[in-house]
Amino acid sequence: MPILSYGRDSWPIAEGQSVLDCLLERGIPVPHSCRSGLCQSCLMRAVDGTPPAAAQKGLRDSLKARNHFLACVCQPTENLAVASMEATAHDSSIPATVRGLELLNAEVMKVVLECHDPLDYRAGQFINLVRDAQLSRSYSLASVPEHDEHLHLHVRRVPQGRASRWVHEELRPGHRVDIRGPAGECFYTDGDKDQGLLLVGTGSGLAPLFGIARDALQRGHSGPIRLFHGSRDRRGLYLTRELRDLARSQPNFDYTPCLSGPEAPPGHARGRVHDIALQETGSLKNWRVYLCGHPEMVKSAKKHAFLAGASMKDIYADAFVVSPPGASDTN
Amino acid sequence: MTSKMSDWWTQTHDSLYAQLGGEPAVDAAVDIFYRKVLSDDRISHFFEDVDMDKQAAKQKAFLTMAFGGPHHYTGQDMRRAHAHLIPRGLSDGHVNAVIENLASTLRELGVRDELIAQVGAIAESTRNDVLNR
Repeated sequence: MPILSYGRDSWPIAEGQSVLDCLLERGIPVPHSCRSGLCQSCLMRAVDGTPPAAAQKGLRDSLKARNHFLACVCQPTENLAVASMEATAHDSSIPATVRGLELLNAEVMKVVLECHDPLDYRAGQFINLVRDAQLSRSYSLASVPEHDEHLHLHVRRVPQGRASRWVHEELRPGHRVDIRGPAGECFYTDGDKDQGLLLVGTGSGLAPLFGIARDALQRGHSGPIRLFHGSRDRRGLYLTRELRDLARSQPNFDYTPCLSGPEAPPGHARGRVHDIALQETGSLKNWRVYLCGHPEMVKSAKKHAFLAGASMKDIYADAFVVSPPGASDTN
Repeated sequence: MTSKMSDWWTQTHDSLYAQLGGEPAVDAAVDIFYRKVLSDDRISHFFEDVDMDKQAAKQKAFLTMAFGGPHHYTGQDMRRAHAHLIPRGLSDGHVNAVIENLASTLRELGVRDELIAQVGAIAESTRNDVLNR
């Protein structure tokens, strides 16, 4: 009989019994609803062992890649150690040293971190950058592990933002910080290499997209990869030269900087970034879409990308929520 | 559909769910159906502030039920899920709109009228629970 482990406990699990039923029987509360593998309320993660394929049916590819599964339809045939989604979000912290700080434009600081322990992550996921018990924030990873030696974050200075002020004004190369994570499902997955990828971001939402685009190219993605970065005016754009160079050297990659303010100089599109991206790309049937940045943009773009034909499972979104001054522990 | 009796029934009769094509048919229908609902001015405002991923999963559960497939939803679940929409004016007209969208989704997928009527009847059976009356 296979053994099911949860935290420090483990029990034999009968053939045909679901992980959900086994845990509920032992008094462990697991959110659930349909019990048919449909509603995804009972999403959990395998921390050891492989969940059966049937328990991952209908999940998006990045969830499958991180060993998530639906407990109500998971009938293990081999030993399995599982964790709740909350436990997954509270991984222990890893020390890191600041190796570089570079302003990419007036308000975005590139932070280069060397982890003291190797970090298993994918470009586009996020980590929590921890100053102390009072202050931590989530930042997306712009670096690609196979390509970049250290972790790269893009930290936008938020008016009255305590974490971003700390990063912009106090952090220096050589400083020690803690990081937690990685987390998040917004990353490139191997699959259909010919599928079109549409990447749309505002502000420092470029960080995960810059990582995802380079990760996809590195992994031999052959379909079109279209990156649209939006800002009000030119001062809010960054990495423009790197992205134009990348577009010149990679035939399947293109980059469109979009300005929503009154003027757009040559080489820039004028309008809201997601309007332009959707207009230029047309039907999104069979496209994969990544949306990062301002929550209103992400919300609107998600709906319109879906209406333009993208399947719900192929839309990856990461809304950057700014916490009110004084609050802690969110982005 | 877990009891021996219903196993016997499905094995000896082609259930509605099997005739429609089972889970792949639900998968084919769910995005089309959800797009119709979001584009329908009569009901789209109810979906303005919902998490689209969670909503898509719920649509799949609803379609599975309407297709006569395996599910564990009860009338109570339907009541609870829609209770917060009653003060926002959820009414028969909105239920009609959802059922129309369901039928036009199935027509688009080339499903026979006779089967569409059966799906419509199952969806119709949830009306009083959805409207909490």
